Amino acid sequence: MIDFSSVADNFNVIYPELALLIGAFAVLLLGTVKRFAGLCTSVAGLTALIALWLAVDQFGTQQSGFFGMVTCDAFGSAFKIIFIAIAIVTMLIAHRFMIVKQIARPEFYALVLISTFGMIVMANTTDMIVMFLGLEIMSVPLYVLAGFARRSLQSNEAGIKYFVMGAFASAFLLMGIAFVFGASATTDLRRIVADFSYIIYHSGLYMYVGIALILVGFGFKIGMVPFHAWVPDVYQGAPTPVTAFFSAGPKAAGFAVLLRLFMFGFEGVAELSSIFWVLAVLTMTAGNVLALLQDNIKRMLAYSSIAHAGYILIAFAVGGEDALSAAIFYSIAYAIFNLGAFAVVVLLETRSGCRSDFSELAGLSKASPYLCAVLALFVFALTGFPPTIGFFGKFYLFSTAVKAGFIWLAVIGVLNSFVSVYYYLRVLKVSYFDRVEQPALSVSYTPAITLVLLITAAGTLGFGLFPQKLLEFAQSAVFAFL
Amino acid sequence: MTLDLVIFLISSVVAVFGATMMITQRNPIASVLFMILSLLAQAVLYIQLGALFMGAVLVIVYAGAILVLFLFVIMLLNLRGRESLGQPSPPISLTVKYALAVLFVLELIMVVKSSFSSDVFADAGNPGVMVMQTDNFGAVNDVAVLLFQRYLYPFELTSILLLVAIVGAVILAQRSRDDDGPVDAASSGESEGKAAE
Amino acid sequence: MIPISAYLVVAAVLFGIGTVGVLTSRNLIIVFMSVELMLNAGNLVLIAFSRALNVLDGHVFVFLVLTVAAAEAAVGLAMLITLYRNRETVNIDRFDLLKW
Repeated sequence: MIDFSSVADNFNVIYPELALLIGAFAVLLLGTVKRFAGLCTSVAGLTALIALWLAVDQFGTQQSGFFGMVTCDAFGSAFKIIFIAIAIVTMLIAHRFMIVKQIARPEFYALVLISTFGMIVMANTTDMIVMFLGLEIMSVPLYVLAGFARRSLQSNEAGIKYFVMGAFASAFLLMGIAFVFGASATTDLRRIVADFSYIIYHSGLYMYVGIALILVGFGFKIGMVPFHAWVPDVYQGAPTPVTAFFSAGPKAAGFAVLLRLFMFGFEGVAELSSIFWVLAVLTMTAGNVLALLQDNIKRMLAYSSIAHAGYILIAFAVGGEDALSAAIFYSIAYAIFNLGAFAVVVLLETRSGCRSDFSELAGLSKASPYLCAVLALFVFALTGFPPTIGFFGKFYLFSTAVKAGFIWLAVIGVLNSFVSVYYYLRVLKVSYFDRVEQPALSVSYTPAITLVLLITAAGTLGFGLFPQKLLEFAQSAVFAFL
Repeated sequence: MTLDLVIFLISSVVAVFGATMMITQRNPIASVLFMILSLLAQAVLYIQLGALFMGAVLVIVYAGAILVLFLFVIMLLNLRGRESLGQPSPPISLTVKYALAVLFVLELIMVVKSSFSSDVFADAGNPGVMVMQTDNFGAVNDVAVLLFQRYLYPFELTSILLLVAIVGAVILAQRSRDDDGPVDAASSGESEGKAAE
Repeated sequence: MIPISAYLVVAAVLFGIGTVGVLTSRNLIIVFMSVELMLNAGNLVLIAFSRALNVLDGHVFVFLVLTVAAAEAAVGLAMLITLYRNRETVNIDRFDLLKW
């Protein structure tokens, strides 16, 4: 019989994500009544704030529930905070954009909340089958969000491409999980780690096949080269706030699960280090080189996100606690400045007739100097110039690589950063120095997006000057890594 | 040759045949029907493996519901496979794709085969052979107990997944009054056929 | 008795056929069905291993995966309907507004 007295304890573990879920249901219900539809945004925002508060409250505790299916360790609860913060920022960015583009629907907020729920489920478990389901709960709303502008052919196409690639990747992932299950008779990473040498000895081959297939599945999800072909298309075609969400949330979630799988679960496989070495080099080089050729800002940011994924993959090759905290640190840093950069792009796109090509930036420094200055800050962070958080993130990542003896990896990383300087600075060159016949259209700020710009700019600069707090956060997330 | 082996051979050949026909058909309706054939054969394999309940579920849910949904959409859009599929992909990329896929299958088979005779399931009696079936293996009762106790949380997660799929499908396919064609149709000059409705 | 590997070979072949279908088919409906076939190959592996290890967990996973497949099919087909309304085609090569 099930012991019902402990049910309440189980729910303790999942309060933050439950709040998100209830918020999503409330939004869906309110959205059906025309009179209340206007409330949806505030309801969604409010529940996300409550969830954030609950998650912060939960941070640092170590709990598990539902027969070990949910594990809320420091690592998981740290990522809870990150995901919810990203969701809040996305909703703030999206509000005005959706109205301007005439695709404002209350369901948007519900989908963002449910997708965030999926990310939290993914990051807060050690059971692979729950990870798979969490991944699906995260992805299905994302497919819909990518195709959210139903009357835009580009958005349709982005949705279909994302869907086909996502479903293809899930099939690989499922096959991988099936083989790992076959090799170890369990899907719980803790039990796999406990019996790792026994499993490898008795059914190592199935285990290796499973691990390889899982790596392919997640490679698609995080846009690792050679599974990156969908990234630029989807980033360009999806509505821009959705793209911002893609580049921050699912990416961080994918890395959270990859970290748990490959730095905890399958840590015993020695060959993985050299595989990740190759993947990291391929991913960052291909991302940076292809980004050089782009004329569309969203496409350029897509390739840059591939390149940044490559930097984070360095941590997988290096391994160990320092690399883990460096990866967490870099994920957070990337989410902050990338969301900021996308907020600027969204703001520019709310001007009429803009498709975020580079040429539209011309004359921006005259028309809106403050926005241009903020954009410059984010570009510096993406490039990795001091004193921004981007510099510190890269410094931390590369220095752990050097310390662990991966000197060539760090050198290639630094060289890649030099390549990236060229295309990032092109943004600034066009907006500051290109001449235009007619002055650029000015942008109209809303309180929401101004708030986002202020927060992300403050984060980029503040954590760049005083990284200690964020570093402690990243290290404490590692401390209780199950 | 035992009966077991005969059943296995027939159903696996049918499953592979159905799948091959499925991807090579031009007419999507035929494609769906071949997929159903393949699924029925797979259900036989499930039952042979002792998964009585899951075999039934596969037929009822997969063949009976999901593929009927496919059929429904094909009928709704009136796709008969007559649509010209245009220029075929450049042969090089096609060759690369086929080569990749074939390589991949070969690799999987090699891996599986090489573990054929090794002691993968040393604990399970004879190498590479299944353990003796316990009574009632795969009965509904046992699956249900597992599903609603240990796997209660993932089970509840699927309810959320289904909810979000419903919401998503409604958002995407719903037709509101202000919908009249794409907004950025400038570059698509291919509306020769008549409208779907 | 039939060794477990035989079932795994069948599953691998089905998975491969699904992969070929996704990569080469130009009809979106067939692409979707190929993905379903790949998921089914995964299910067969789960069932086969379940039998070999004499545990029922694999059956439960298959149950969950069926739900996932249903959800994916629903969303994918809805997306296909929207696309067909706007473009009048399900040919994957025609979706070239964004370069692949």
